[in-house]
Amino acid sequence: MTELFILSALGLMLSLFLGLLRVLHGPGAGDRMLAIQLIGTAGVGILLLLNVLLNQPALLDVALLLALLAAVTAAAFTGQQETHHD
Amino acid sequence: MNTMSLLVFDGLLLLSIVGLAWASLATTDIRRGVILFIAFGLLLAVAWGRLLAPDVALAEAAIGAGLSGALLLAAVHRQPRPLPPGSANDSMNRGTAAVSMAVRWAVTLLSAALAGTLAWALLHAFSSTPHDMLPRAISGNLAASGVSNPVTAVLLNFRAYDTLLELAVLLTAVLGIFSLGQATPGYRPAGPIFDGLVRWLVPVLILMAGYLLWVGAHAPGGAFQAGATLAAAGVVLRLAGRSRIGLPDGFMLRIVMAAGVGVFLLVGLSLLLLGRPFLAYPPAWAGALILLIETAAMLSIAATLLLAFLGGQPESTGVKAAANRQREELPRC
Amino acid sequence: MINTLSSILILAGVFFYLAGSIGLLRLPDLYSRLHALTKADNLGLGLLMAGLALHSQDLFVMLKLLLIWLAVLAASATSAHLIARQARRQETGS
Repeated sequence: MTELFILSALGLMLSLFLGLLRVLHGPGAGDRMLAIQLIGTAGVGILLLLNVLLNQPALLDVALLLALLAAVTAAAFTGQQETHHD
Repeated sequence: MNTMSLLVFDGLLLLSIVGLAWASLATTDIRRGVILFIAFGLLLAVAWGRLLAPDVALAEAAIGAGLSGALLLAAVHRQPRPLPPGSANDSMNRGTAAVSMAVRWAVTLLSAALAGTLAWALLHAFSSTPHDMLPRAISGNLAASGVSNPVTAVLLNFRAYDTLLELAVLLTAVLGIFSLGQATPGYRPAGPIFDGLVRWLVPVLILMAGYLLWVGAHAPGGAFQAGATLAAAGVVLRLAGRSRIGLPDGFMLRIVMAAGVGVFLLVGLSLLLLGRPFLAYPPAWAGALILLIETAAMLSIAATLLLAFLGGQPESTGVKAAANRQREELPRC
Repeated sequence: MINTLSSILILAGVFFYLAGSIGLLRLPDLYSRLHALTKADNLGLGLLMAGLALHSQDLFVMLKLLLIWLAVLAASATSAHLIARQARRQETGS
């Protein structure tokens, strides 16, 4: 069972690496933000696998925090700031 | 087979982190650099988890994923468009080119010296024996510290003085932020989808902050992670265009900002008055005192980080607001 | 038996993750990439979590995993909407 977890973590890391190529190369900022979403979700997956592999229950909390804050970056990227009123 | 796959995993992680760090610094487009930096922070949180440091991973997730990303993106959006390279300031650029070359060499040499010193220190730490004196000392005294999480015990009990000074540094930073003037303009009100997300995300983040504060006594967590999560909740409200983002008004805001250092000092001085050394908790009360200090610290840290995102005094506490209040009060007399 | 079921779910989850990343690299347009990535990623994460929940057999862990899954679902749906809206705004507005 441990080999399966390690291989799965490796698979997720690989897909994260592929997403990095899009972050570096993506022609628009939207593509880069999209790749950030991939990195966030893959990071959550990797942390969940590490939680079992390394026997660290606290990594579940880290994954939860990453999941909750995943939308904040996209919101900051697309938010439009008001102009000063005076 | 296991160690081989784990090695490949570690290698990919390391390569990605170093590559992202390099790419985010070397890029010429600053918006691209900011997004690469956010990716770097996310991978760093995974790396801390891999290195069995969940407290740091929690802090990195809260700050790297939520706060610093939003802060940098907001700052980048406010930048004016950069001038094209062939524009009017060219002669000035050529004159400063020589100076910047010397500066670049100086910075490179200093960075190399710093890296060399760190590498020597790391090698020295690995080769000297025994290298478990510190963990043994901590686990020996853990029972008397009032908590069972060694990180919290070190931060809030054994090295409480250092944490007090760190909180004072944060207070100084927020005073600096206040000196910048009014906060940056807010955001337009969010559409229905993001608003719907915010409606449940903010209460869950507040709950998460309370959970991290409470669990810090016996599992990874603590005041800093809880404060960062609370600040992220305020940032989410701000991004959704709300006018009330959880910061108190006027005088209460100043109390909350000073609460971390204040409560810490109060506890230390009361212990002095009782005849004990500064910040030496009696073992029977240590747990309760640590929780009290951590709660105040969480509120201060959250206020500081949120004010850093705002970039100045909130509208309700600024000079204009005070003048408005005075103007409203005059007709009564 | 639980172990085999959990292994199958985890492997299926990783497969969908990889499929989503390949879609991210190979599809021609931002909108199609959004489609591929959001759907494949969430499905992959859901399958991965189902496998891990079966493996852990601890109620508290299962509830936490469920909470993480719901948070990721809502957050990635909202993020995809925001990113697409921003891209549309940049195409038509400025």
